[in-house]
Amino acid sequence: MELKAIHENCSGCCTCRLACAMENHRQVRPALAVLRIEGRFPAPGDYRIHLCDQCGACAEICPVEAIREDENGVYRIDEEECTLCMACVDACPYGVIAAPDPDAPPAKCTACGACVESCPRDAIVMVG
Amino acid sequence: MLYGYAGTILRVDLSRNRVDKEPLPPEMAEKYLGGRGFVARMLYDEIPPGTDPEGKDNLFIAAVGPLTGHFLPASGKTHFGTKSPATGGYADSNMGGHFGPALKYAGYDVMVLRGKAPEPSLLVIEDDRVEIRSAGAYWGMGSLTAERKLKDDLGEDFQVLAIGPAGERRVRYACISHDFGRQAGRTGIGMVLGGKNVKAVAVKGTGGLPVYDVEGAYAKGKEAYAKVREKPGFKGWTPEGTAGITNWTNEVGVFPTRNFQTSFAEHYKDINGRAVLERLKITDKGCSLCPTPCGKYGRARTGRGEIHVEGPEFETIALFGGNCVLRTIEDVAYANYVCDELGVDTISAGVVIAWAIECFERGILTEEQIGREIAFSDLDTVVYLLEKIAARDGIGDLLAEGVKRAAEKVGNGSADFAIHVKGLEWTGYECRNAPSMMLAYLTSDIGAHHGRAWVLGHDMAGAFTSVHDLIVSGGEAKRQPKGPVTEKCAEYVIASQHERPIFDALGTCRLQLMELGFEGHHYAELYGLITGNRKSWEELLAVSERIWHLTRAFSVREIDGFGRRWDHPPRRLTDDPVQSGPNQGYCIPMEDIEFLLDAYYRARGWNEDGIPTRETLERVGLADVAEDLAR
Repeated sequence: MELKAIHENCSGCCTCRLACAMENHRQVRPALAVLRIEGRFPAPGDYRIHLCDQCGACAEICPVEAIREDENGVYRIDEEECTLCMACVDACPYGVIAAPDPDAPPAKCTACGACVESCPRDAIVMVG
Repeated sequence: MLYGYAGTILRVDLSRNRVDKEPLPPEMAEKYLGGRGFVARMLYDEIPPGTDPEGKDNLFIAAVGPLTGHFLPASGKTHFGTKSPATGGYADSNMGGHFGPALKYAGYDVMVLRGKAPEPSLLVIEDDRVEIRSAGAYWGMGSLTAERKLKDDLGEDFQVLAIGPAGERRVRYACISHDFGRQAGRTGIGMVLGGKNVKAVAVKGTGGLPVYDVEGAYAKGKEAYAKVREKPGFKGWTPEGTAGITNWTNEVGVFPTRNFQTSFAEHYKDINGRAVLERLKITDKGCSLCPTPCGKYGRARTGRGEIHVEGPEFETIALFGGNCVLRTIEDVAYANYVCDELGVDTISAGVVIAWAIECFERGILTEEQIGREIAFSDLDTVVYLLEKIAARDGIGDLLAEGVKRAAEKVGNGSADFAIHVKGLEWTGYECRNAPSMMLAYLTSDIGAHHGRAWVLGHDMAGAFTSVHDLIVSGGEAKRQPKGPVTEKCAEYVIASQHERPIFDALGTCRLQLMELGFEGHHYAELYGLITGNRKSWEELLAVSERIWHLTRAFSVREIDGFGRRWDHPPRRLTDDPVQSGPNQGYCIPMEDIEFLLDAYYRARGWNEDGIPTRETLERVGLADVAEDLAR
């Protein structure tokens, strides 16, 4: 299970980011979102959605193997085992692991689908 | 705990290089909600009477509302306020984009700038850290260029507002630009920022907002998004955005054309929403948390070169495509781009330039004064004058003063066709067939702006109706009946003046309600769940009424001799019949204007000169203001 972006549908509203924070943390705090929207302005004048595709780069780099793949192919952070080294944040090729607080474990995509459900433009879909 | 709000006012004294933070007073949140309400009360309380709008004692205030940045449709608005460079009275202007939510996530509901920085400066806010930095090479850059460079230098996750050369040179209708195409365009707010030597404000916020009932607010927010998607206007309005109203405004004859000589542009199908989609658009571009993006970002190729621009939206289409008679959507887009980069309000610029062209046609301004011949339907004329205005060079120095002051200096009857109220240029709805809408323009607190009340539906259809429904119903491009001049006009206007501006206090966009018909009670429910403070929709509208009387009182205090004559339209709209189109022959004579104002003042509880009475001010909880006015 993973997310897929349809970039040309995106209008940059970032509703997905707040939905992500609300669904997973019940906080009005988009800094916790584990996807990001890049506006490429003035030219070429479009948006790019950066999503987790469950590539596993975070699990590979984690020095204590605190990130593990579940039965649905989703990589999850074990917050008990996390040592806050933040290696995964830098290793993520899409820049979508969130760590706004240095003394709290980072957050990564759990493929919960809140972004898919909330996007008013149908710019994010779940595949697999 | 003040739920819903960030809880802090950020104060920056630019003269003293000093930053202070203070708690947001709960009683101000209760009585004025936020955004426009905060702006109105703080301007009234903190600007010494008689302050020079261009001086360092004027304030620049940015404020968000209790709903800004929360999970609900289009909660991304920021409101700006100051003493008006355009009118000398109350001024505010708002914009969408992402700046307001970022300011709030950084921890601030209000940002107040006072004084003047000793050198061109930037204000950089990163959560708790607030720094005044030298503007260096940014000073002199175009707004779009400066925003790009600031994001490149500071980081993509900074939200930037910037002024262009027009703000730096104190053009009286300079705007603030943000998100490569969003502007707080009206009232010369960019001039005030330039006068404080501030080129740009960049903000990054990584914090969160307290919510009274987070489960309830999340569920209600999801429901609100779903309901907006169910509205017919979701599919009907969004594709073309505001440009979609170009056809209707021409078919019913309310499209300002050729300096308001007429209200119908024969070429309107070359500058309408479809033209934007088919010839310009790359992507829809929405503001923060908005499901119905008005913005259409695109690329235009003209004889002057290729540009990228957001828009044009309806107002720019009306004032450049209609009022300056630019005949293609590409030419309108190019003029839009030049305004955005120079940091000029497209609305005021379109009125000022059309006035200058008519002056030239009538021999009131000469080729020698202007530096070349100028004409309607000529993009080179528009670009030439915009560049002169932003540089305050030659004729541009006169035109940079706005149409009222320029006409006062030029004389020779040019004030008769200088289209403004109180000194603020008129926006994109001509109303010589529409007495309610005319009254809305005359009594708008910032001057001739449609944002405070939009009642063309009453004049055309005799009923409250969403803009989408009006567009769907279509026009006929043939002679229409003129809207009746009755006491009802005042009732319609007052209801709208409470309904539209409440969104400016709540910190959300009004378009979901106004254009799509999304119901007001949803906002009351969201306000309750987010803040824990229950107010019905009617109680929220009562706050809007309080703010309305307060902004009027501010103008009474600040403008010498303020009263009825400040609510009068230019003579063109009372004496010169519309020249062509569905409303050919119509005007609203001065005796009807006075009837409308009489009805409005009575319904408002103001005296015959349009001054709020003590009884009225006390009724809405402004006894202290009543005391001030009595003095």
